[in-house]
Formats: sequence, C-alpha cells, structure tokens
Amino acid sequence: MKLLRKIMVVTANDLLMGDAVWLTIDDGWTRDITRAETTQEKARAQARLLSAQSQSDAVIGPYLAEVRLGPDGPEPLHFREIFRTRGPSNYAHGKQEIRPGG
Amino acid sequence: MYTYNDFDHAFVRERIAQFRAQVERRMAGHLTEEEFKPLRLMNGLYLQLHAYMLRIAIPYGTLNARQMRQLAMIATRWDKGYGHFTTRQNIQFNWPKLRDVPDILEDLADVQMHAIQTSGNTIRNVTADHFAGAAADEIADPRPYAELIRQWSTDHPEFQFLPRKFKIALTGSPDDRAVTRAHDIGLRMVRNDAGDTGFEVIIGGGLGRTPIIGKVLRVFLPVQDLLPYLEAIVSVYNLLGRRDNKYKARIKITVREHGMEAIRRLVEDEFSVRRSSFKGADQALLNDIKENFRPPAFINAPVDGFQVDREGDVQFNTWAKTNLAGHKHPDYAIVTISLKAHGATPGDATAKQMQVMADLAERYGHDELRISHEQNIILPHVHKSHLFDVYNTLSEVGLATANIGLVSDIIACPGMDYCALATARSIPIAQAIATRMDTLKLEHDIGPLKIKISGCINACGHHHLGHIGILGLDRAGVENYQITLGGEATQNARLGQRAGPGFPASEIVPAIERIVFAYLECRKSSAETFIETCHRIGLGPFKVVLYGEGCASHAA
Repeated sequence: MKLLRKIMVVTANDLLMGDAVWLTIDDGWTRDITRAETTQEKARAQARLLSAQSQSDAVIGPYLAEVRLGPDGPEPLHFREIFRTRGPSNYAHGKQEIRPGG
Repeated sequence: MYTYNDFDHAFVRERIAQFRAQVERRMAGHLTEEEFKPLRLMNGLYLQLHAYMLRIAIPYGTLNARQMRQLAMIATRWDKGYGHFTTRQNIQFNWPKLRDVPDILEDLADVQMHAIQTSGNTIRNVTADHFAGAAADEIADPRPYAELIRQWSTDHPEFQFLPRKFKIALTGSPDDRAVTRAHDIGLRMVRNDAGDTGFEVIIGGGLGRTPIIGKVLRVFLPVQDLLPYLEAIVSVYNLLGRRDNKYKARIKITVREHGMEAIRRLVEDEFSVRRSSFKGADQALLNDIKENFRPPAFINAPVDGFQVDREGDVQFNTWAKTNLAGHKHPDYAIVTISLKAHGATPGDATAKQMQVMADLAERYGHDELRISHEQNIILPHVHKSHLFDVYNTLSEVGLATANIGLVSDIIACPGMDYCALATARSIPIAQAIATRMDTLKLEHDIGPLKIKISGCINACGHHHLGHIGILGLDRAGVENYQITLGGEATQNARLGQRAGPGFPASEIVPAIERIVFAYLECRKSSAETFIETCHRIGLGPFKVVLYGEGCASHAA
C-alpha cells in the first residue's frame, strides 16, 4: 500500500453556486471541510478523485488538496485552501457568513 | 453617448437567448464543463475561488446615470450589494449564481450593456482615456473611434479564435491616461504637419510574465484607414501568433520573434489588400456614431462661488486640489471620485454609492460617468458652480476622499481574495498601505506617487508600471511580495525594476514606508516628485533602506 506524503481530501467548486465543496465518504459533497473524507493511500486518493470527476453534473474541476487532521477533522494546509474554507478577507462574505470564524 | 440601434438590441438579446439555453443544458447535464466553459467565457462568466464572477464591459469606460443605477440594482438584487471596477474599465460582480446569469444579462441589455468578449481569445472591451471628450489637452474625442472598433470587433467572424486575448486602447490626448503602450494595440491621436488628424499606432505592449512596452508600428495613420489597418494587424497576428504555448501567444511575443520590420511589411501588404474592401460603409457608420458623441450643452453661470467655497472650507479645498482636473471649457472641471477611501477595497462601490454617483451625473454632470483604469469614477463635465454641492453629496456616502494620484490611490487586482489564478492576496496589502499612509498624515506632502499591486504574474494590477509596484507570489506556501521601482504608465511608459528579494505580508507595509521616507529625504524639494527622484538617484538608496547597507550584491 503506497502512502502519499500528506493526507488528502478531494475538493471542487459547486456547479450552481460556484463555491468550494469537499467530497464526503458517501460520494456526496459538503461545504464544511471538517466533514470531508480523508485518505493518505495513493490508490484510494486516485479512486476518489476519479469518482469526483465522474460527477461533472454537480461540481467543476475536482482536485486533491493536502490537509492535516485537527480536533474537528481535516484542516487545509496551503493558504489558498484555507481561504477557500472561509471567503475573502475584505468582507465577511462566503463561507465565513455561514460559519463565522471559518 | 452611443445609443443602440435595432440591430444592436436584437444582437444582444439573441446572444442572451443562446446563453440561457446553454446554461439550461449545462444544469441539465447535457453539456460537460469542458464544452460549457468556452461558452460561458464568451459571455464574461468566470469561475473564481469562492463563486462565479460576471465581468461586464463598460466600453471605453463611458456610462450614463441609468446604466449606473442598473448596476446598483444588479448589485442589490443578484449580488452582495457592491461591484468591483477593474483596470480594464469593466465592472465585476463576485457572487452571481449560475442559474441567475441569463437574467442578469437581460437586466444589462435593458440599459444597452453586455458582457460579450470580456473574456476569451478575442478582441476585448475597447478602453479609452477616461477624460475623453472633456480633457483640456485633447486633440479630439477618441470615443467615436472606440465605438467603431467595438462594433467592428464584436462577433467579428475572423477574430473569434485568436491565439490569445487581444486588447486595444485609445487616447485623444498627448497626455496618455489610457496606458496605450501596455496594450496589444495602442492608438494615440496625433496631427501631421498638414494638420490632419490621425493615429500613431503602437503594437506589442503588454504586462504579464513578459512585460514589454509597445513600439510604434506606424507614425501616422489617417483616421479613415483605421479599420482596414486594424484588421490587417489582427489578421497578421492571427496567422503568425503562436498557438503551441499560451505564454508565448500574445502579439508582443510575435513582434519579438519576427521583428518589427517583418511585422510592419506584412501588415502593410495586408492593409493594401484589405483597404480596397472597405467601400465607405465604415466611414458612414463613423459619422453616425459621431452624432452620439456631441459635446454636452454647457451652461453659462457665474463661477465666483467656487473660489469662495474653497476659501471657506479647508477640506473642500484639499479635495479640489487633488480630485479636479482641467476641462476644455474654462467654467467646467473634471471630477474624479475616489474609490480608494483609506482602508477600503480599491475599485469597489456599494449599490448606494453607485446610486448617488448616478444622481450626481444626472443632476450636475450632463448624464455622463466614466470608469478609469485606475479604478476610480469620473464625472467628466461639472460646472464649477456645482462642485461644492457635488463634494458635499459625495461626503455623505464616503466618496469624498481627497487622494487622487497620491500614495493611497492604489490600483489593486482582486488577488487571492477572489481570483482563481492569483498566487497571493492584493486587497489587504492595499488596505494596509492606505491605512498606514493615512495615519502618517503625509500623503499630501509626499505628492504624486502611484502604487500598483498585482496578486500574480499576470499583472492585472499593472505592478510593472507602478512608481512602486508590488507583486504577490507564493513562496513555498507563504505569501511573499516583490517590489519594483520606477515604473510609469504615461506616454513615457517604462517598466519598473525589481528592487530585490520579496517581503512577507507582515513586512511589506514597513518596507513601503521606508521607501516613502527615503524619497522624502532624498528629494531636492517638494517640487520633485517621487518618480523624478527615483529616476535621478536610481534604485541604490532605496535598496539600502529596504535591505540595509551592503545590499547591492544581495539584491541584484
């Protein structure tokens, strides 16, 4: 079993709203990254990405993003991915509107 | 301004109907994203970091009050209550939902606006001097020619699949406010020795990862030859431009690889062929268009009150010094409304602010508004007796910041707060610099200083042309900001030089502050501007304050 360097989630943008979503274990999509499915197995990550790509009627541009496991679940590592969980920094719009503090 | 004819109305509505059907097919799963993406981009719809973004053209930056009110309505009804004005005289809405976009486009069409060719490898929204038709130094209003180009380029069958996007800018003034030297084609109105009006044609300018200042292709092009000559340039590029590498596909690279002489020969040959196919319809159309751009009916009224108001109100006087420009009519002024309140997002206006600006345009501004590439709004024709009323009304909605051309009048692209291409954020850096400069209360003493910030190498924030340019990059997973110095966006356009290694976000504001203080220390007098000092003393002293003594080898 080959392991990736980091734990991964599958993320994409929602077709209708355009916002960031994350793949869940039941092949659904969540707007809360802490509920996303994680894996560090290379084969599993590739399989989950393929599964996401097959859902082109629901999401756009799925890709694997690195995370670490925090107390509430997966947390993004790169600052771009952190912004995607929150929204812009100049207004309290986007996901931080729904979940203040992101 | 230009008013749509029946053809224009029908064309725009037909495009919306097409796009509505395409959106429905996408939502029903009959179109893949791969198939849909080029279709949505042709209609100005991007997918960004947190949502879709709709980019709407404001051709040559000209709007009337009704159109500005409609943008306010769209901001309120379909978006989050604001819009973002861009460096290409567009407005962007950051939060539209896919299913709503056709309805938004219908609302735009109601006021003769659209989002066509605001993306894709086509000729983009034609931009022009934001003081056009009002500037004291103008040879002629360039907007009729810009409108002619807009009509010619819209849906031009030969130019819908160019190697890459293609941008055209025009100015009718020797004082170039349209950044013509950083466009694929720049057109500068000139007069020849016989006194005839024509264009100096500049090609191959552009910023991005390979910044190049455009060069003159033709010194004098008679105005009547404009369209056949443009068509010759774009057709030569269409065949010669590279399609194997998107980073080498712009005309600036075509010119560099083939040489200006070869391009000139090809263009002139093509021009001689194309010219004969233009039988005068373009000139008849131009004459019709010109009728739409007649100067407003200027009023006759005393202007003495203006001076009295200036003397009676210090803040109004300060605003008048920075935010007014000379009008061709001695009793009028050009008002620049700053969208750069200290700490605000550069280029953003709320729906309420848009409504107020529309009201002012209608009441005091002969129903005209302009968008500048510097992300401000202009009332091009305001009688001097009305300026105090305009200022007071602007003050009530946070639009009376007296900082045009000063250090806090910063251009900033949306950066990683919105843009999917960005490598770092721009907006918080602009906000922090402006806030700091406001705290120091020095910006009027510092004088003209243009800071331009881009959140990636694509340079939408024109950082190469900033007196101080800032480029946000991703350095090993951390935002990092490179500084360039000495750039200029005028008729003397030049690229800034990189000062040295970049700074993390926490250090960029102090770094800019050190540059500003170094200038204050080094300038000969308060009459020597930042850029003049920068060109006189070079980068050396600035590198010292940025990196310390012995920086020369370190920061090369």
